[in-house]
Amino acid sequence: MAIENMGLGKAINEGLRRALTEDPKVLLIGEDIGTLGGVFRVTEGLKDQFGGDRVIDSPLAESGIVGSAIGLAMRGYRPVCEIQFDGFIYPAFDQITSQLAKITNRHEGNMSFPVVIRVPYGGHIGAVEHHQESNEAYFAHTPGLRIVSPSNPHDAYWMIQEAIASNDPVMFFEPKSRYWPKGDVDTAHNSTPLHSSRTIRPGTDVTLLGHGAMVSVLLQTAELAAEEGTSVEVIDLRSISPIDYAPILESVRKTGRLVIAQEAPGNLSLGSEIAATVAERAFYSLSAPVLRVSGFDVPFPPAKLETLFLPDADRILDAVDRVLSY
Amino acid sequence: MANTTHDPMVQMLAPDGSLVPSERAEEFLPYFQQLTDDNIKRFYRDMSVIRRFDTEATNLQRQGQLALWIPSHGQEGAQVGSAHAVRPQDHIFPAYREHAVAMIRGVDVFDIIRLVRGLTHGGWNPNDPKFRNFHLYTLVIGSQSLHATGYAMGIKFDGAYATGNYETDQAVIVYFGDGATSQGDVHEAMVFAASQQTPQVFFVQNNHWAISVPVSVQARVPLYRRADGYGMPGVQIDGNDVFASYAVTAKLMDDARQGKGPAMVEAHTYRIGAHTSSDDPTKYREDSEVESWVARDPIVRLEAFLRDKGVDQAFFDEVAQEGADFSSDIRRRIVAVENPDPAAMFAHVYSDPHPLMEEQAAWLATYEAAFPTDEVTSPTSDPEPPSVVDGGDA
Repeated sequence: MAIENMGLGKAINEGLRRALTEDPKVLLIGEDIGTLGGVFRVTEGLKDQFGGDRVIDSPLAESGIVGSAIGLAMRGYRPVCEIQFDGFIYPAFDQITSQLAKITNRHEGNMSFPVVIRVPYGGHIGAVEHHQESNEAYFAHTPGLRIVSPSNPHDAYWMIQEAIASNDPVMFFEPKSRYWPKGDVDTAHNSTPLHSSRTIRPGTDVTLLGHGAMVSVLLQTAELAAEEGTSVEVIDLRSISPIDYAPILESVRKTGRLVIAQEAPGNLSLGSEIAATVAERAFYSLSAPVLRVSGFDVPFPPAKLETLFLPDADRILDAVDRVLSY
Repeated sequence: MANTTHDPMVQMLAPDGSLVPSERAEEFLPYFQQLTDDNIKRFYRDMSVIRRFDTEATNLQRQGQLALWIPSHGQEGAQVGSAHAVRPQDHIFPAYREHAVAMIRGVDVFDIIRLVRGLTHGGWNPNDPKFRNFHLYTLVIGSQSLHATGYAMGIKFDGAYATGNYETDQAVIVYFGDGATSQGDVHEAMVFAASQQTPQVFFVQNNHWAISVPVSVQARVPLYRRADGYGMPGVQIDGNDVFASYAVTAKLMDDARQGKGPAMVEAHTYRIGAHTSSDDPTKYREDSEVESWVARDPIVRLEAFLRDKGVDQAFFDEVAQEGADFSSDIRRRIVAVENPDPAAMFAHVYSDPHPLMEEQAAWLATYEAAFPTDEVTSPTSDPEPPSVVDGGDA
């Protein structure tokens, strides 16, 4: 056993280091990722170890980062792009959705595009505008992309390596508020495939589902619910596209109640899609409508209001009470 | 039109077919002088055949065989000269009008026809050695410039250039038009290329019109001067002079292969036809302008040059017959082509297995199979299609 205690950011750093070590075709490209080690220090020390041709400080242009990564992939490289913050990804939207997402299909299987796009995302850090968004649904709506988001250091360590090993484009959404809290990472054993959801707390009355930073809120909610005598099952979604429905449906068939928590605005969201699919596939098992606890349908608010915007344990408990009252 | 007349331009072959190199052409003349008579006849043949093909494709579109055609008429000089300047080991990233470049690299131009007929989004495999690294057409304006720069970065990281080996050192050429120079992606491609000092040439075919918008709306200075702002050489050429196109591209690609960094060519040419078969250029430009460019036609001037050199009528007859045969072959094949298998829609969205693709492909196959195969004797009521998903919890 090789158990190390570290934060999610450090776990990604170690995962990147291992990928760079094991495959000479892996390279990193992004803004400030080299000498500085990234604004969150996720790539700290990697340029020193692997050099500036493998950990590339790019010019300040997101479309350029993703577009040149596509060309590097054509050449046989496995580029890992860093987008500095969630809200800075839109200049690259065309290269991601019109090029990267469609280019495997355009090539009719004659070329693979193993490009990873790392995106620090989500709230809870009190930052200014464009620095706290959860925009994963834009990309999950696009065929050709795979989207994942780890919630804890162990998963982050393994999922970044699996994302790099994938022959398809993978968008890797990193819950930036979870960069620092430490957890155990087993660097010898990976237990869960990349595109699998996982039940992380068993329960019998209500199923709670979420991803990224929401998962720790769901676990906190489950503790509070237990004090009130409610047994809550918690599922960490992990993979946003494709969604692994098997554990979700299995849980719902047991509890009959599902609450989905997400930081993103609820309108046309990931939670909406999951609610619709669960209604289609487990209709006769449901004892209550599937509820979503989401961010409001407003731009991410100024930091002093973010605790009201983001779903917290109280708002999720309110939804738990509502599904139990049917 | 942006002011270009006072800036030095590379021209070797005058519109009347006489060889009168401009002052700016001097440093590129050694590349022209390497050309054999057979090389030059090949230029003429390629330009003529692709023009005949272009006419055939326009007709096929009008007859309903193609959803769209993208004419290349008028731009053959820029395309044929530059394409022959690119070495087999180099990589070419086209926009979507480079039919001559495709043909010269060995792509079966019927694959372009398949694209505009609606059978594919791609058409050929750039990894197949027989297509000599000619990448797929890209329809979003300028997007391919970044792929080209990324590819050239890969050449650099691989150390596959600047070794002094003329047979193996590689470079990249990327084609786009005057409209594309306004795109952010083209700017970013040039910034990244300069930053990384990539081995590549940006080849702008300034055909003077981005659909209905003249180049003066895109830029107030000649486009080639922008290169200076990125810290790379920029050269403007008479794009209807196949010799200028060949010699300048050959020199700049050599420089790129030798590690001297990126460069830009602005080829002044003209789109004689419509932007595409959906366009009506009479709504936005004057006949007199078109006529002035017809008078500078790249094929006519090379024919005059060859006749002056004593090439006989038999050669021109032979090329005309080759163009006619080439085009009738395309016509023959298009009426025989079959529509794609519906499963192809799902087959290559991802490289690795994907549960949604498998599920939806299977659903479509089952759904289609539920209908009677003989449409003529279909029953009076529709059969029940299967449901999208299995209600597994019933």
